[in-house]
Parts: sequence; C-alpha cells; structure tokens
Amino acid sequence: MTAAPVSTGALPLVEQFSYGLAAPICLTWELTYACNLSCVHCLSSSGRRDPRELSTAECQAVIDELQRMQVFYVNIGGGEPTVRPDFWDLLDYATGHDVGVKFSTNGVKITPGIARRLAGHDYVDVQISLDGATAEVNDAVRGPGSYAVALRAMQRLADAGFAGFKISVVMTRHNVGQLDELQVLADRFGAQLRLTRLRPSGRGADVWDQLHLTAGQQRQLYDWLVAHGSSVLTGDSFFHLSGYGAALPGLNLCGAGRVVCLIDPVGDVYACPFAIHPSFLAGNVRDPGGFAQVWQESELFAGLRRPQSGGACESCAAYGACRGGCMAAKFFTGLPLDGPDPECVRGHGEHALAAADPAAAPRPVGDHSHRTRRGPVPLTLGTRPSERSQPPVSACNVDPLAGFAPPGR
Amino acid sequence: MACAVSTEFELDAAWRLAPQVQLRPERFGALLYHFGTRQLSFLKSPALRAVVSSLAAQPSARAACRAADVPDAELPSYRRALATLAAAQMICRREAA
Repeated sequence: MTAAPVSTGALPLVEQFSYGLAAPICLTWELTYACNLSCVHCLSSSGRRDPRELSTAECQAVIDELQRMQVFYVNIGGGEPTVRPDFWDLLDYATGHDVGVKFSTNGVKITPGIARRLAGHDYVDVQISLDGATAEVNDAVRGPGSYAVALRAMQRLADAGFAGFKISVVMTRHNVGQLDELQVLADRFGAQLRLTRLRPSGRGADVWDQLHLTAGQQRQLYDWLVAHGSSVLTGDSFFHLSGYGAALPGLNLCGAGRVVCLIDPVGDVYACPFAIHPSFLAGNVRDPGGFAQVWQESELFAGLRRPQSGGACESCAAYGACRGGCMAAKFFTGLPLDGPDPECVRGHGEHALAAADPAAAPRPVGDHSHRTRRGPVPLTLGTRPSERSQPPVSACNVDPLAGFAPPGR
Repeated sequence: MACAVSTEFELDAAWRLAPQVQLRPERFGALLYHFGTRQLSFLKSPALRAVVSSLAAQPSARAACRAADVPDAELPSYRRALATLAAAQMICRREAA
C-alpha cells in the first residue's frame, strides 16, 4: 500500500489511525482452510477444508457489504484460495462490485489460460508465495516441489503479460541471505518483491524458535530494506525494526482492529491475520448486523482503538518508532502485550523471552492441518469380537448362519 | 517537488474527482482510493474533504474552497493539498475528464 497523506495540518496520521477507521483499509479474507501444501510456518494452520466455510452466496453477501462500506480492496488468502471451485467467479464478483482483489497463491492453479484471464483484469493483483530463492531453501519450508510450482506460475504470468505481480516471501533465518537473489528473480519476471515477517502464529508457533531471524540478521534485513526503499513491499510488517533508526516506509503501527482485520473461512472476524485465537475474535460475518457491525461495534475492536499503554516500553527511547512491535508475536510467545516485541531490536525481547515460561504461551487454535504424518502408522492386529466369543465353525462352512444358535434352544 | 507542483495548480479551473477514484468519509477527513493506480490518499481534515467533495459541483477549485468556508489566509495550503491530489491523479480537470 502506498499512502500519500494530504495535509492541511492536523494530527499525525498514525494517531488518527490508532483510533480506528469507518472501515478497514487492509482487510485479509481467507476463503478456505484447504490447501495442497503444508508449509511449516502456515499462520492459519491450513490443510483441510472446514465444513462450515462460507458458501458462494455468503461470500457474495460479504462482498456486497464491503462495497457498501467502501472497502476498496481485499487481500484474499487461505489455505490456497484458488482450490475453491467458485474462486474465479468470486474474483469477478468482487471486482464488479468496486472491491479490488489482491490474492495470495502458491501457484498451483495458475494455468496459461488463467494467467491470461488475470492479465486482462484491471483490479486484480497476484502474490505468489515463495520462501527462498532456491528450491532447497524454499522447499524445506513449503514442501517438496513447491518451488517448481511457484516458478511455473510466475513464468505463466509473465508470458501472459501480467506486469508487476508480487513475489511474497516470509523472511526466515535461511532465506535472509538470499535477498539479492530474490530481487534478481523478481526482476527476471518483471515482478515486485514483497517481504513479510515470520510470526509465531498457526503452525509458525512450532517453528518460530528455529526459523525467526537472529539479531544480526534483523539488522541485515533492516539495512537492505532502507537501501531498497519503497520499491520493496513489506505490508508494514517490519515496523518493529524502526527502532534501529530511520522509520521504514509505511504507516509503522500495529493496525490490528484499527485499520486491519481478518475474516477467516468460516466467517470469524479476528483483529489481524496473525491472531487466530479466541482472545482476538471480534464476531462473525454471519451474526445479525454482519461484518459492518462487528467492525464498528465489537467490544474487542473498541478496546484496541482506545489509547494503549506502552507498559515496560514507554521509557525506551525507541518506543516512538517501534510502538512496542507486533501484538501477535508477543501473544504467541507468551509475552505481555504491553511489553517488548520478542524481536525487539534493543534486545529487550530476548530478556523477556528468557524470563517467560514457554509452556504458558497461548497455543494457536483452529488447527486444520493435514492429518498425514511422516513415518510408520501404528496398527493393532486382533480378532473380531464375534470370533472370540463364539466357537469356531469348520473352515469350509460358508453358510451365513454358521455358528448361529437361536436363543432358547 | 511539492512547490513546483503547487505553482502549476490552477485554482480558478474547474476540477473533479478522477473517474476511477472513490472517496470514503472518515472522522479525520477522508480516504481516497484510485482503482487504476491502486494508490490511497488521506485527506487530513473534514474541511479538505468538503472541498474535494464539492469540486465537481463548483465552477472552480477556488469556489469550492470558498463554499467550504476556507479562510483566504489558508488558501495556499489548500492549493498545495489539491496540487498533490492532482499529481497523484486523484482529481482532474473537468474538461480533461
């Protein structure tokens, strides 16, 4: 998002936004929990479709409401949204109702024909998820073959003349050293790089310790972002790094419930896409009053729009820049919400983590992971109860009444 | 840059919201979104919102400012704001539309 404030001299925008907006600017809508992949860091623990997911008609009703509220565009994700059979029709329905769409995909359904259809759309943007510049680094996180699928989709989009699609990368310990290679890859396809932060949300909670950036890598990323300016998108996800010095491009605030929210596949509305937990559940689009009422009147959102305490951070010189960091990152690592971010650039997060009890950290809910497991499947061999309770009949007796003894004889 | 643009903005010309642009009122002012360039702009006061909303109905940008009770002393800052919007293709000349 590029935001050009036009001022006649009032309060800074960040302060205006912290009190909430009439409608979200940045609405994430996850259309399904179904996914062909099982990425280790999936923020929504996706895999299997949920039987309660919104129907086509319910999705259209949500779009109608977004149009009335003047939500100008939505970020559609999942799961893998394109595996919904009605996905392409919903895309047309949204853009036909003044709701632009940016959707995230692993590329599995981007055929040459779909790529041409997308290239002809004025109000559609595509983000291909890729978590490494090489198959080795990407596939370790996103699964075998996922790099090849993503690159095939990018080639098809480029061949169809879709200029400026996004390559969306979650930054990890293993791909932060590939920033320049990722930029080369984006340039090769005429695409734009979008880098986002790994959160300990969903399945990410299980791998965050191993994959999140080291302190040195955070500095490396910050310097790279400063050098590349607004040509690289970040979804405002690294504002906690602004504590290093100059603020990064973007709003630099936690927008949860203020300018941002999530509608999940079953219609639940959460304060942000990284906070799928009852503590951040504001309501459901199926409630009377629909999404508008949840956004405008939920108690949770009202609370987030009141002035927040910086708590332990308030005395820190960097607080004005980092604003205490990411709410979800704190929550799922068991840190207090009014204290430092676990990746605080001043090192306060590390100390807080060392003092926190990892077992007490809230666990993500709503697991839709595939049930497949690696390794042997344990089986118990036994006999059927009827065989144990009745005397055996002769081996060649196939009469259906074999062994049957009517009661009373 | 901002100054160079502002001197070119014609306050006495007829303006309007660009065809692909929508305005959403907000407590602090308004949000503008251009569906073509996919850019957002923020109008940081209700008075500026009133000016921009009435551009199409007024013979000139100056008249729109007057109708919104913008004091003469503040006209230069409104002119700068409108110039920024014109540069971002959020508003356009009526005859050019």
